[in-house]
Amino acid sequence: MLSADNPTMAIKIVERRPLSLAERTYLPQILAGLKVTWDNMVRPPVTLQYPDERPTIPQNYRGVPTLVRDPNGREKCVSCQLCEFVCPPKAIRITPGSITENAENAHVEKAPQEFEINMLRCIYCGLCQEVCPEEAIWLQTQYSMTGTSRDQMVNNKARLYELGGTLPDSHHKWDKKKAEAEKQADGHH
Amino acid sequence: MTLETLLHDFALSPAWYFTAGRGLLVIIILMSIAAYSVLLERKASAWIQGRIGPNRTNHPLIAWIPGIGTLLMKGGFIQPAADGLKFLFKEDPLPGHVRKVYYILAPIIALAPALVTLTMLPFGEFSYEGQKHIITLCPGADVGVLFMFAISSLGVYGIAIGGWAANSKFPFLGAVRGSAQLISYELAMGLSVLTVFLATATPNENNPLSLVAIVNSQTGAWNILYHPVAALIFLIAIFAETNRHPFDMPESETDLVGGFHTEYGAFKFGLFFVAEYGHMIIGSSLFILMFLGGWHVLPWLPTVGSGTVASLLGVAAFFVKLAFFLFFFVWVRWTIPRFRYDQVMRIGWRVLLPVAILNLLAYFAWYALRG
Ligand code: SF4
Ligand code: SF4
Repeated sequence: MLSADNPTMAIKIVERRPLSLAERTYLPQILAGLKVTWDNMVRPPVTLQYPDERPTIPQNYRGVPTLVRDPNGREKCVSCQLCEFVCPPKAIRITPGSITENAENAHVEKAPQEFEINMLRCIYCGLCQEVCPEEAIWLQTQYSMTGTSRDQMVNNKARLYELGGTLPDSHHKWDKKKAEAEKQADGHH
Repeated sequence: MTLETLLHDFALSPAWYFTAGRGLLVIIILMSIAAYSVLLERKASAWIQGRIGPNRTNHPLIAWIPGIGTLLMKGGFIQPAADGLKFLFKEDPLPGHVRKVYYILAPIIALAPALVTLTMLPFGEFSYEGQKHIITLCPGADVGVLFMFAISSLGVYGIAIGGWAANSKFPFLGAVRGSAQLISYELAMGLSVLTVFLATATPNENNPLSLVAIVNSQTGAWNILYHPVAALIFLIAIFAETNRHPFDMPESETDLVGGFHTEYGAFKFGLFFVAEYGHMIIGSSLFILMFLGGWHVLPWLPTVGSGTVASLLGVAAFFVKLAFFLFFFVWVRWTIPRFRYDQVMRIGWRVLLPVAILNLLAYFAWYALRG
């Protein structure tokens, strides 16, 4: 049997009382409401006066996508174009290029010749960052992107690296690969 | 000429320049209090909602004053001027489907009663050469509270005519609601203040309907202590009569777009706006005069000091109370939602009116028993 005084039941039956006379005059509730709004009035405002005051952006924020260099200053992107193909609104346009034979990082073989992200198309989905095998493209903390023409809204390679900077990275994947390749070459001799 | 004589002349002299000066003062007082009530409305609503409110408007000349300039800007004190100028310089459209004459007349009819009533409002007293005089804008016309009620209720004609002249459905509904509401609450209001007149009508009082007599009878306890029920009914009724939340039936922007002023723009809308605040000022003033001791500073403490100082203090007390009331109107507006139309009617006819009648009967019985 369900009942309020049976403690083994996990059901609490709330008594439905009719409104008291005081409640039917609305006045107690109005007074309580006035108290609530008064408390709000003496509380400091929550408005942020942008752009005079800027919000603090958390580090894992998904802002404008950027390209980053590794701690040695080498550009990490190998222009595999995965990001270009995964990008849902087709905001990325990459012109692949090769690295010259005698460059210091010649073993990486490829790097983008030009890399453009059209911020009028980008929807900040972060798929490019997720798909990149080189961790070369990152959505960082820049939240405001403005320009006075369509051209200004397209970030080219130079600008992307300028925005991205260097990200700490302890993998040094390509250095390891190079060392391994050298070791193997030594072994064959 | 001493300050006292000058004040005396300004307050009482029938000379045309003093009369004109007083007339100008009415307009300046009403307009500036109304303008700053709008600012108060915007600021207080912002505070209640955790916002900051108007804090950008400034004039280069004022911004140039160090310190004060920024302070005035942050407080939004220049905003009312900007708002008023905006209304003044906006294109003033005359929609094709309206009844033109009444459409133009309506905002004037809404504002005029507020201005007229204000001329009769006493807000202080001073003594000159041993005689007591009342500070009011139209001296010598102590016509009393009946005139106030009669004229200030005319304001609803502005709403009714405006809503009808606009010739479309939302204004029409707003106007109908406005008139119905006025009729329902005027009755309770009148009955509630009768108890105050009963208390004032002592045998040696020859004009018990005069507001001055009512204020003078409150040198001890204020009427709100003797007539709490009447005060409450009157307070609710002035909310309804001024069409303020929770009784803003004629306007109710969520279901009637803007109600009676839907088809109005620019300065005509501005006039309706000022009229609403004008009626708030008058309603609050009547409440202060009848229940809150008028220009008496505190209960049992009618005057502080003497002479000009005391009378100026009295006027200041009146305006402090008025400021509190205007704030209270705003505070209530941003606290509670609007009543439904049928609730408004039910409260008016089935609650306030019977309570007002019972309250009156109770006072009748009390005075009869006391002899
Ligand atoms: S950013 Fe990453 S995914 Fe895009 S081309 Fe470069 S390496 Fe490939
Ligand atoms: S964040 Fe999304 S939309 Fe923007 S460039 Fe990367 S993949 Fe494309």
